Amino acid sequence: MAVIEKNLPSAETERPIGFGRLKRKEDARFIRGQGRYLDDLRLPGMVYGQVLRSPYAHAKILSVDTTRALAHPGVAAVVTAKDLETLGLAWMPTISYDTQAVLAGDKVRFQGQEIAFVIAVDEYTANDALELIDVEYEPLPAVVNARKALDPGAPLIRDDKIGQRDNLASPTWEAGDKAATDRVFAEADVVAVRDIIYPRCHPAPMETCGMVADFNPNTGQLDIYNGNQAPHAHRTVYAQVAGLPEHYIRIMCQDIGGGFGGKVPVYPGYVCAIAGSIVAGVPVKWIEDRTGNLTADSFARDYIMHSEMCSKNGKITGLRVDVIADHGAFDSTAQPTKFPAGFFHIVCGSYDLQASHVKVKAVYTNKAPGGVAYRCSFRITEAVYLVERMVDALAIDGGVDPVDLRMRSFIQASQFPYETTTGWTYDSGDYAKTMRVAMDIAGYEDLRREQAEKLANGELMGIGVAFFTEGVGAGPRKHMDILGLAMNDGADLRVHPSGKAVVSLSAQTQGQGHETTFAQIVAEELGIPPEDVEVRHGDTDKSPYGLGTYGSRSTPVSGAAVAVVTRKVRDKARLIAATMLETRPEDLAWEKGRWFVRGDTSKGAPIENIAEYAYSGRSMPAGLEGGLDAQVIYDPPNLTYPYGAYIAVVDIDPGTGYVHCRRMIAVDDCGVRINPMVVDGQIHGGLAEGLGIALMEVITFDEEGNCLNSSFMDYLIPTALECPDWELGETVTPCPHHPLGAKGVGESPNVGSVPCIANAVIDALWRGRGVRHMDIPCLPARVWAAMQGRAEPPQ
Amino acid sequence: MQVSINVNGEMYSRDVEPRLLLLHFIRETIELHGTHWGCDTSNCGACVVLMDGKPIKSCTTLAVMADGHEVTTVEGLEIDGVLDPIQQGFHEQHALQCGFCTPGMLMTTRALLNENPDPTEHEIRTAISGAICRCTGYKNIVSAVRWAAEHEMAAK
Repeated sequence: MAVIEKNLPSAETERPIGFGRLKRKEDARFIRGQGRYLDDLRLPGMVYGQVLRSPYAHAKILSVDTTRALAHPGVAAVVTAKDLETLGLAWMPTISYDTQAVLAGDKVRFQGQEIAFVIAVDEYTANDALELIDVEYEPLPAVVNARKALDPGAPLIRDDKIGQRDNLASPTWEAGDKAATDRVFAEADVVAVRDIIYPRCHPAPMETCGMVADFNPNTGQLDIYNGNQAPHAHRTVYAQVAGLPEHYIRIMCQDIGGGFGGKVPVYPGYVCAIAGSIVAGVPVKWIEDRTGNLTADSFARDYIMHSEMCSKNGKITGLRVDVIADHGAFDSTAQPTKFPAGFFHIVCGSYDLQASHVKVKAVYTNKAPGGVAYRCSFRITEAVYLVERMVDALAIDGGVDPVDLRMRSFIQASQFPYETTTGWTYDSGDYAKTMRVAMDIAGYEDLRREQAEKLANGELMGIGVAFFTEGVGAGPRKHMDILGLAMNDGADLRVHPSGKAVVSLSAQTQGQGHETTFAQIVAEELGIPPEDVEVRHGDTDKSPYGLGTYGSRSTPVSGAAVAVVTRKVRDKARLIAATMLETRPEDLAWEKGRWFVRGDTSKGAPIENIAEYAYSGRSMPAGLEGGLDAQVIYDPPNLTYPYGAYIAVVDIDPGTGYVHCRRMIAVDDCGVRINPMVVDGQIHGGLAEGLGIALMEVITFDEEGNCLNSSFMDYLIPTALECPDWELGETVTPCPHHPLGAKGVGESPNVGSVPCIANAVIDALWRGRGVRHMDIPCLPARVWAAMQGRAEPPQ
Repeated sequence: MQVSINVNGEMYSRDVEPRLLLLHFIRETIELHGTHWGCDTSNCGACVVLMDGKPIKSCTTLAVMADGHEVTTVEGLEIDGVLDPIQQGFHEQHALQCGFCTPGMLMTTRALLNENPDPTEHEIRTAISGAICRCTGYKNIVSAVRWAAEHEMAAK
């Protein structure tokens, strides 16, 4: 059986279409077990590194003795903080302008913190040697609760920072208008108040983090193989941290087994692998184990949100939020640095508020550093969770239907572009229309009737609604950057003499199907079959600079770059076609795949002939270079604002508190869809992750700072049995400023489904047991406690 | 210890440490990289292979336990350039994204169809509940198994 189908021509034209449900090019290797993941790489002379981690959350390190480990057969080296100090690599900067210990020197600040790095002939030997390193600790009191970390007597965590006298990781940041918000609240007729916790969770991609570092001492060249979501940004960071020339560093990302935000940061293990290769003079491979993954890197969320929302005459009018953000022991939260709390202040949601005010302060605790945006645009997920939980709280407190309250409060289609009370400019939307599509698919009125009947029989059924607006596709260089790097992306398109094309991207797929989707964009814009377009990415030596793939930014930024670069090539082709056809460029018209003379469709030049001409010995138009290629760096004029209406139906076992998610309806408007099959797949996956976060995924700690969810035995990820048969719908409102009208979708289903499912659970508990709030995850024991009137925070 | 393991129809005799996991025998000793490691605790199913036709987690099986047995990995599904219907079904139904769990899912569902050529949705979901996919939300995996089941039944 053949694996790569051709993209069929549309009915109207013999030319192939670009957009559509094209099956993926990348599948051919994956279904044969021929993906090229990091751990599959073998280099001559390669040795293996493993990390020794701290068993304590907070302790002084009195001594680290590596003698026995070094004597173990097969051990090449043991790197400690002292060794890194001589290389100037003991500490590294974080993505949020904090510092983080690569290996702990005199103190550990979270359980699982990196203490030593063993290099040995194989993985088994390296693990054996970890047990032969003798570390003497003096345990200190730990603080894992962000509120307690603010107590005057709390143990000081960051005593390494000069002048640091408390556990505040940032000054309080504010957005919105406090006085105006206070006035709106004073005039309101319903005010809902809730303390809402979005607990710590983890992206947990199936492939953990890792690196193969290959430093050549003779040439100074550092080759890095590493599945990360932003290879160009990583190279710049390594150049800055290690003081190596940037053009001697080459990062090669091969296939990546999922990222979900967890492969954005630079982790200590990476720096250890690089240092190890510099010290050992051979390639060093480090593959993180699952416990290291769950306990030491890439946690997400951990926001404590005191929230107030008010309404007047049945319409939402104001929002007031005070957040404590738990950043763990080192502040390495992923965010565009011009916004200290990321995009949290998009918290006004999809509603035409009169005023809002948001305050956020960040706190150090004895927990793993972070946090990353787990399928999320820089804290938008927390913002959407908050606002959608609060709308439901307001509906409960005001005694109205949650859909009616949303419908009355939506920003109207005629109001776009719409400026929010915290300064965002939403691009386009018709929210009420999308909400109605979701209600039709769900059969909303029938569901409410069924719910009433079940309640009368003592059964607990919940219907949850959420409507989200996301800002994705970061972002305009005038507004945001990461570590001073503009959040732009490049594209480089080369059309070969035969008319076949290669497009190089700075976006970095982790499963999103870029090799197919981006070929479709070139195909659509150039009118050649997508199978004639090869997509290259992941090698910093062979792709243009850009900030990578996270925050749903591939299609909004890189997709736009590819469209623009293809149009540039098309414009050049027009000039060449005019010479070929002995006419003026302005007399030519474009149809997919060729330029032709206006008024005489028989006279034209297809792209493949133009390409052949461009590389031939024939004369080019005056002032034009030979060849058919172009390069762009795309700076988006604004974020894009996808949105969606989600409805969940749950049944709760009154005896056990077990929540069964029976139905999940997701109607997304992500603008124009390039490959609807890939879009649907993204939505399915995000819904499963959202269901996990709402019902079971959580990272918690005991009082001593022991992580209680350090393996998949305890960090529960939904299986096929917990997931319902997702029901999708769509509306299409094109983005006015994106060249293709696309908005991005990867994170939407995670953002929308968490509040939706939480609202469904609370809807059941409110109607059946009078419960007005509980925090996620809605694990059976926690739901049962809430049913007894003892809703507890997750830690 | 000396072991002889038949992998995808080929006999491999090697001297291995008693503690060597079958997963590492497959990945490191005979260098078939299609079988993946994901969790250490037998929860994720990325490492599933067939031993004498039954799906097992190779990360919690010692290589010595496979001595004298027949193991099939993802590399053994395609025969003479012809894909197994389950491989084709995954492609047709977009049942994979990052591809990391895919080999384990393919082996798990191949075993299901060998036992039960016409599984219901619930039977499919139960069969793959020992394997985690972080990308697809499982819906298209269920469709892929049905696609393969229907094509296999039609071919008979």
